[in-house]
Amino acid sequence: MSADLSDLYQNVILDHNRRPRNRGRLPTANRSAHGDNPSCGDQCDVFLRLEGDRIAEITFDGSGCAISQASASLMTTQLKGKTAKEAEKLYGEFHEIVTTGKEPEEISDLGAFAGVHAFPARIKCATLSWHAALNALRDDPAPTTTESHTD
Amino acid sequence: MSANPRSWDNIRAQFPILDQEVNGHPLVYLDNAATTQKPLSVIAALDTFYRRDNANVHRGLHALSMRATDDYEGARSRVATYINAAAPEEIIFTRGTTESINLVALSWGPANLKKGDVILLTEMEHHSNIVPWQLAAQRTGATLRYVPVTGDEGLLDLGALDKLLTPEVRVFAFTHISNTLGTINPVAELCARARKAGAISVVDAAQSVGHMPLDVQAMGCDFLAFSGHKMASVTGSGVLYGRRALLDAMPPWQGGGGMISNVDFQESRWKPTPERFEAGTPNFGDAVALHAACDFLDGLGRGRIAAHDSDLAAKAYQRLAELPGIRLIGPKGERGGLVCFSFKDVHAHDVVTFADEDGIALRGGHHCNQPLMRRLGLTSTVRASFYVYNSEEEIDALVASMRRTIKFFGA
Repeated sequence: MSADLSDLYQNVILDHNRRPRNRGRLPTANRSAHGDNPSCGDQCDVFLRLEGDRIAEITFDGSGCAISQASASLMTTQLKGKTAKEAEKLYGEFHEIVTTGKEPEEISDLGAFAGVHAFPARIKCATLSWHAALNALRDDPAPTTTESHTD
Repeated sequence: MSANPRSWDNIRAQFPILDQEVNGHPLVYLDNAATTQKPLSVIAALDTFYRRDNANVHRGLHALSMRATDDYEGARSRVATYINAAAPEEIIFTRGTTESINLVALSWGPANLKKGDVILLTEMEHHSNIVPWQLAAQRTGATLRYVPVTGDEGLLDLGALDKLLTPEVRVFAFTHISNTLGTINPVAELCARARKAGAISVVDAAQSVGHMPLDVQAMGCDFLAFSGHKMASVTGSGVLYGRRALLDAMPPWQGGGGMISNVDFQESRWKPTPERFEAGTPNFGDAVALHAACDFLDGLGRGRIAAHDSDLAAKAYQRLAELPGIRLIGPKGERGGLVCFSFKDVHAHDVVTFADEDGIALRGGHHCNQPLMRRLGLTSTVRASFYVYNSEEEIDALVASMRRTIKFFGA
């Protein structure tokens, strides 16, 4: 396998794809949002229970490739306990990782997604769940779609 | 090059793009249902046209314009013979299948449909044969109805057709070969049943036109739409065939130069078909390429192309069926030149990324067939589609790549 491909399918990603964390609907959710990637048919729902400004619980449900499923799973583990502002900041870091390949400043499993930048067509797979989560945090009722933003 | 450049013996040499490595492997191009590669003769026809003959067509009184007009109208005549239309005037040049279907839906549609009328489609239609009819329905108050597909085998439920083809049905639009299932629909029978029920027939021939003999008069269709780029010609050019009597009764759908007989400040009169439907400067350069593609495919023999592509698809279907966790969709028996499948534990996009690593071009996704995919309980599938230059060795490469991918994901 080429270096690019093994960078893309890192063990962290394969593990989250095989054993997704926080997958399924969240009955106690008080926020949710739906994301679509129209060009490939990937779908992702994100469910949140906010306590004040903080994410007390977060789950996802949907279908897609290993990159999109692993990204959603890992995202739920990273966002739990964060405020909306902290979540936006973390997405900024994640976005830079997947678009430039830059390693995260602090040691984090998000770094596993650095290999995505070599596969531009797959960046949308990695960011779909994040867009849905941010929409849920903003309480934006419009379904998010990867065609409506540039990544 | 050998004495007979169109022979099957040196078929790959006629497609220069195939002679390259991708990710360190010889390119295996199996994305032909999306677009086919172009032979030297088509590339040369474009080159010659732009080096020697290019000028705007019609109305021109100078030598190059007359030459270009002859080339353009020659292409129209060639396409007419390619599908056995009764006359060249029944050939309208468009941007492709999608624009051809939009032309029928948005010109014939509003002139002939009203509230209470029904547009009959099938569950296996490409988005390009669904969405234009939804637009026509919104404008006219007509409703849409669908002929069901019989599960994973992907055949049309012809038993249901009599109940669906009621007197309210004004148009029955369906695909000749499904781009996802590979199903070859019984076109002549469907057209005959539509006509008997008082409906016109519209055939989406995008996946059949470059792969098999087509005879619109034997099929008995009223309209037939196809793209050049799926039949060895270039992108941006396609055809709508329409029966003369229907075309003559249709209003224009776009206005502009080239389609009028007289323009006044308040109103205009328009030309007869086909000019009526070709407003603006037409795409004559690509029509010349389409002419060359018709010659190329007839040189190979379309009966032989059909046998070659279906044979490869059948062999691929058999070999892939041996893989663990695979779900093959589409007919087990006779099929067009493609196979579509999914794996239990590996997503289509991961499969396609891994195949690309092996130099194999596949397509993964919903193939512009979202309603059908939902009906089959799928979100995406992998498609391998074949053309004249593909070989059994390439099926070996495909199967080996699929095995490596399954192993990697531990599925």
